Amino acid sequence: MTMSEQEQRSIRCLVAKVGLDGHDRGAHVIARAFRDAGFEVIYSGLHKAPEEIVQAAVQEDVDVLGISILSGAHNTLVPKIMSGLEEYDAKEDTLVLVGGVVPDEDKQQLEDLGVAAVFGPGTSIEETIEFVRENAPER
Amino acid sequence: MSEGHDPLLEELLEGKHRALARTISKVENRAPGYRDLVSALSAHTGGAQVIGITGSPGAGKSTLVDKLAETYRDRGETVGVIAIDPSSPFTGGAVLGDRIRMASTVGDMDVFVRSMSARGTLGGLSTATADAVKAMDAFGKDKIIIETVGAGQNEIDIVRTADTVAVLVPPGSGDAVQTLKAGILEIADVFVVNKADREGADRTVQELLEMIELGDGDGFASVGAGHHGAEGMTGTDGWSDGREPNEATTRDEADQATWTPPVVETVATKAVGVEQFIDELAAHRTHLERSGTLADRRRLRYAEEIRTLLREDVNGLVEAQLAESGGVEGLAEAVRTGDTDPYTIAGDALEPVEACLEKLDTGGRAAVSRDP
Repeated sequence: MTMSEQEQRSIRCLVAKVGLDGHDRGAHVIARAFRDAGFEVIYSGLHKAPEEIVQAAVQEDVDVLGISILSGAHNTLVPKIMSGLEEYDAKEDTLVLVGGVVPDEDKQQLEDLGVAAVFGPGTSIEETIEFVRENAPER
Repeated sequence: MSEGHDPLLEELLEGKHRALARTISKVENRAPGYRDLVSALSAHTGGAQVIGITGSPGAGKSTLVDKLAETYRDRGETVGVIAIDPSSPFTGGAVLGDRIRMASTVGDMDVFVRSMSARGTLGGLSTATADAVKAMDAFGKDKIIIETVGAGQNEIDIVRTADTVAVLVPPGSGDAVQTLKAGILEIADVFVVNKADREGADRTVQELLEMIELGDGDGFASVGAGHHGAEGMTGTDGWSDGREPNEATTRDEADQATWTPPVVETVATKAVGVEQFIDELAAHRTHLERSGTLADRRRLRYAEEIRTLLREDVNGLVEAQLAESGGVEGLAEAVRTGDTDPYTIAGDALEPVEACLEKLDTGGRAAVSRDP
């Protein structure tokens, strides 16, 4: 018997609220839904700076980083997070998702930075969970 | 396993945070190769002071740990925190929320906070926690704090991974103190009454002190004997003459082993009492070293670790055998329909294992019996 049969893998996610917006209902709903899907969810709490998000993502070694931004500051905040992840060699194998109100013209820009997907209003929870299951990095 | 072959281990020892994070993941996932990794880590451990913090939900553990970490950092020491939260027994999912309270040390990578969920079974979590502590120790952390909800045996096992255990008691929890008597009293080296600015704090402190004193009086023979021993020492200095040698020995031992848990009052949100708390933690550490209890504790811990590993491994073997013979569902169905019963099945499953053990030569048996 090999020990790998005992392997207990679980998808780890950081659900992060970054910047000054105080709307965390969406983040709460996602955190709860991820938990019910069997993921381990670390919730950052409100008003976090990009460096805090990077610190948490690196230390917790999450598979998925879900950033919730409803303030419109995504073009400022997301690049800071992405370069922070790169600094700690964590960018390559972290699935970064952005949820919130992001205009179509900004989506491409975020994806060019390494964001895997941008989920706007109206995205179903099931869709998001399915995306995470399919795209969580193999390590 | 010879070290140096594993780039992950090398990077960890070099101080790369990503490597430490990935090592803990491997340990937590029981990923292939984690055993060799932990074996190699062990050679680099032993430098850290390991502190366990437990208490009822909402007692303020995370906030106090945050302030503790901040104070240690101010003193120039590096800190690792392992925060354990329960996981759902149904989906295995978890929301790990301790991190939210740990805001004082944000942006300071020398405080390494790691959340772990109670996903393991059969003592797996305490093994994973002990291994994560080893990883942080090898990484070079000066202080390692394990934080967990004091809700069950599993949690008690985890805090036992620590050299010093602090139990948080919120004020006004008269009933809680009652329940503490049974389980947590025995593992507490330091009591902390957090939220000490609240009504009822004095009373809770008083109740704890009475409880500790009560423990001195009856059940805890060694503590009681310690008082007598101390009298003998300071009084006539004559405990060696006219007494049975074994009596003197026990008193001597008891005297050295005596540690009466102090009760510290804190207000974690305002960082009040944290310095005093740290002083008591340090005092306990000194006591452990001087009395030789540290070695005892560590020996006990390693014994427990060995047992847990063996249990896990044997369980793994049996599980694999079960899976090969069609899984547990079919057997459960047979029990349901009344064809057999769980004891018969367990007996059948273990029969080949027992046969193997019997076949082992006497050398193997001698090795086992030599153990204690």
